[in-house]
Amino acid sequence: MRTLELDSLVIGGGAAGMAAAVECAERGCKTVLVEREASTGGVLNQCIHNGFGLHVFKEELTGPEYAHLFQKQMADRGIDVHPDRFVLKVDPQKKEVITIGASGATCYKPNALIMTTGARERSFANLRIPGTRPSGIFTAGVAQRFVNLQNRLPGKKAFILGSGDIGLIMARRLTLEGMEVLGVAELMPFPGGLARNISQCLDDFDIPLYLSTSVVEVHGKERLNAITLARFDPGTGKVLPGTRKTIEVDTLILSVGLLPQNELIEDFCEVDAINRGVRVDSMMRTSNPWIFAAGNNVTVYDLVDFVTLDAKFAGQMAATIIKGGRLAQSAIPLKRGKNVGAMTPGKVCAGGNPFTIFLRSRKVMEKGRIELGPGLLSRVHMGIRPSEMLEVKVTQGHLEKIQQMGWKELTISLEEVEA
Amino acid sequence: MERKLNVVVVGGGVIGALIAREFSRYECELTLIEKELDVGWGVSKANSAILHGGYDDPPGSVRARFCFPGNQMYDQLQSELHFDLKRTGSYVLAFRPSELPVLDELMQKARENGVEGCAIHSREQVLAREPNVRPDVEAGFFCPQAGITEPWMVAITAVESAKKNGLQLRLGEEVNGVQTVEEQGKRKVVSVQTPSATYPCDIVVNAAGLFSDEISRMAGAPCPELYPRKGEYILLDKKPAPLVQTILFPVPDKVSKGILVLPTVDGGTLLGPTAQDMDPDRKEDTSTTSEGFAQIFDHTIRMVNGIDLSKTVKTFSGLRPESPQKDFVLEKTPVEGFFNAAAMRSPALTSAPAIARYVVEDLVIEQAGFPLQRKIFFDPFIRPYAKVSELGPEEWEKKVRQDPRFGKMICVCNEITEGEILEAIERGATTIDGVKFRTRASFGRCQGGFCLPRIVEILARELRLPEDEVRYRSGASTLLGKKVRS
Amino acid sequence: MKSKKMVCISCPLGCTLAVSYSEDGKEIAVSGNRCPRGVTYAEHEIRDPRRVVTSNVKVLGGEWPLASVKTTGPIPKDRIRDLVQLLVPLEISAPVSIGTKVLENVFQSGEDVVVTREVKKL
Repeated sequence: MRTLELDSLVIGGGAAGMAAAVECAERGCKTVLVEREASTGGVLNQCIHNGFGLHVFKEELTGPEYAHLFQKQMADRGIDVHPDRFVLKVDPQKKEVITIGASGATCYKPNALIMTTGARERSFANLRIPGTRPSGIFTAGVAQRFVNLQNRLPGKKAFILGSGDIGLIMARRLTLEGMEVLGVAELMPFPGGLARNISQCLDDFDIPLYLSTSVVEVHGKERLNAITLARFDPGTGKVLPGTRKTIEVDTLILSVGLLPQNELIEDFCEVDAINRGVRVDSMMRTSNPWIFAAGNNVTVYDLVDFVTLDAKFAGQMAATIIKGGRLAQSAIPLKRGKNVGAMTPGKVCAGGNPFTIFLRSRKVMEKGRIELGPGLLSRVHMGIRPSEMLEVKVTQGHLEKIQQMGWKELTISLEEVEA
Repeated sequence: MERKLNVVVVGGGVIGALIAREFSRYECELTLIEKELDVGWGVSKANSAILHGGYDDPPGSVRARFCFPGNQMYDQLQSELHFDLKRTGSYVLAFRPSELPVLDELMQKARENGVEGCAIHSREQVLAREPNVRPDVEAGFFCPQAGITEPWMVAITAVESAKKNGLQLRLGEEVNGVQTVEEQGKRKVVSVQTPSATYPCDIVVNAAGLFSDEISRMAGAPCPELYPRKGEYILLDKKPAPLVQTILFPVPDKVSKGILVLPTVDGGTLLGPTAQDMDPDRKEDTSTTSEGFAQIFDHTIRMVNGIDLSKTVKTFSGLRPESPQKDFVLEKTPVEGFFNAAAMRSPALTSAPAIARYVVEDLVIEQAGFPLQRKIFFDPFIRPYAKVSELGPEEWEKKVRQDPRFGKMICVCNEITEGEILEAIERGATTIDGVKFRTRASFGRCQGGFCLPRIVEILARELRLPEDEVRYRSGASTLLGKKVRS
Repeated sequence: MKSKKMVCISCPLGCTLAVSYSEDGKEIAVSGNRCPRGVTYAEHEIRDPRRVVTSNVKVLGGEWPLASVKTTGPIPKDRIRDLVQLLVPLEISAPVSIGTKVLENVFQSGEDVVVTREVKKL
């Protein structure tokens, strides 16, 4: 087994990994990026729609174009990309990472490890929808890969469960490329994806959106041939009697959630139960100071631009310790107050760098007040939706105040305000 | 020289596969006919995968005769066929003082059935072995002989072994007729029919699972009417940790052994089965139900703490072939040459090796007097399927040097490489399920989210099929539609 | 005056716009926008709705069977499906680089269709 000593190892070459690697290399660190597919880019390669990069590049790019810019940046900085290589084990005691690939096994010994392993899609089986188990049921990402990379439609007549962005994007994609899409069902009483996607993916194509609705049964012996929909009471979460309706489709596309993937480190790094991802502090460190993390394996982001920003920051922080700098050690918990759902970071290093809190509201609010405190920051926001992350910038001034006041914890909350 | 006898086994599940393998020890023209595109896809692939201790069956019943002997034959079988097998032991747990006498009855039955090594464990002993069991457990009847396996792999590897010793395998053919003639006042079987061919035979063993009563009727041989008993299951993720390492039964009731919590051979936790008797015309209804899921949860939380359904990896349901007698039908029928191995309900998986030997040695050779000659050369071994993730990195690297495709990860959840998928195809997989069952690819928590497109690509390439002809299993179970751009 | 609600798609914020407009589209009043692009968007939506379209073209001899493409700017909304039909019979040969033009000035919109994903030769 080959052994490689290096400054920083980045595991996962999607949006987060590429950005983190670039920042490390920019600061003079010998950086290797390990990627299990044949090329980097991750899910960006199959996201051929536009909407990426508005914050980071001030341009609206498609996924592959966004990935390409980072691939160029990596090449320009001489980052060693090791594709087709799979990580078997991360050993925090020995500070080793064991991998396997077509050229054999390699043991990496990095001074800093950056985990950018992204998320996986929630499976159909995990929904426990009763009925048969026919072919023709796909998670949206798998369908997208088949369509855009393998040149195959998943079927003829589709229905989409889940109004998250990927489901909406696929509603449009399948329609444009020749399938009939009968509708989108969303269990919640509000849509899961960006409003612009409801508009340009559903409204533009007259694809109906059924809120408070879900699939309660699937039918078909070998291939899917029908699904049964039902309306749900938003208050009780139970099926409303008399609302079951069976429609004939041969394809069911699922967009029912993304789950951060941390199998390599979850046995020894703290996981945030609400994000379902690895918890990081405001310096992008996991509970193990050798390991940094950024991207969808921390929490599921809505915009790749925010992933890039957090991943760049992680790269910078990793580079700081590699280059012999010190990062602030002590961190206080950042707690969730009212109406706050997924959120990162989970801890604040008051002696560290300014950073950005990314969070999601649990509720739709026409007008809401974000409060970080006690009494540190208060801001009003219009049009708050769970599907759209909010950014709260914590400045040097805020950090100094926290140190001055000697607070032992911070809370961030979202209060609904009269419009 | 007399011609060799023609032997046909109908049904390629665990029973049919092991019977075929027994026949392949003898000089004969041997054929196994299976209606699906692969073996082990019927009852064999949707059950609890348990090798029962044998203490539970009514002493004197047919199943009691074969369960423990079958259980004991599995170690040798495993050393020859290399399927996964773990002797986990099993508990029957009492949670109320009123249930304790049942445990004593089980000890008694165990003695009568010749099952050695059983004991009643105290609460402390149970909790020491199984810390997730609810602390109000009273006691547990422990049987060290019980274990878990991968039943479809028993069928797959047994058929491979039989093929190595001369078996002709016919997949995707459904027997739709059995021809008999009257000879000297006795009816005897002459051939078995499928839509594509007629198979002349001297000996037919009917191991057609749920449909064995129908096959028997085709031959004019008596068989009790079978009805399907549906059992639903929920499989939980192996991470963060398996909940139990021993098979856990509640105290049995009149209907069934109960809803269990048990480990699977690859570290997951299996909950189930329910027991729902259905009409005979519903032998193809393997649907799951919301009532079934609710029942599984309600019953299992009474035994074990920490059951978290958000960790569901898979739900499925299987059908057991049940008869009014609730026992195996293993017999030489009045139709000469036609033998039934029917009503193979629990504990048929456990009993299978003993059943196979009984059918060939006792029923066919001794009772019916067919003069089958043992072969001089019979090779009981097959090559184990490669499982590179079980090798350490250095051993894995050696394998990669021989074939770099063992270094290309396809199923990221279970660490299955392209090399293993190619082996599965080389050894008989022609469908996605065929690949899945031989390798465990896409059995994991992402359920094919990452690997499915690659498995389809590999199958299409190796079988020289357009991608829209790649199927999950039999029939119209194709995955994909037309090309986006042709 | 007619009125309509719409979501501005100029950026991910997706402001909900309340638009009142005359039948001939000459008079338009917009509210709910958080930046001036909202007004422009609403005006376009009423008078001349346009969309950026992304899709795929067939690649010959490449590591991937398709190259993703996009229009360089928004084209008339009612021509979206026509555009995909134009792409259906097209074939380009690998290697293909980002920015390669596959169609020029579609439907007199002034916009081209260009490749957005590199496809190397097999």
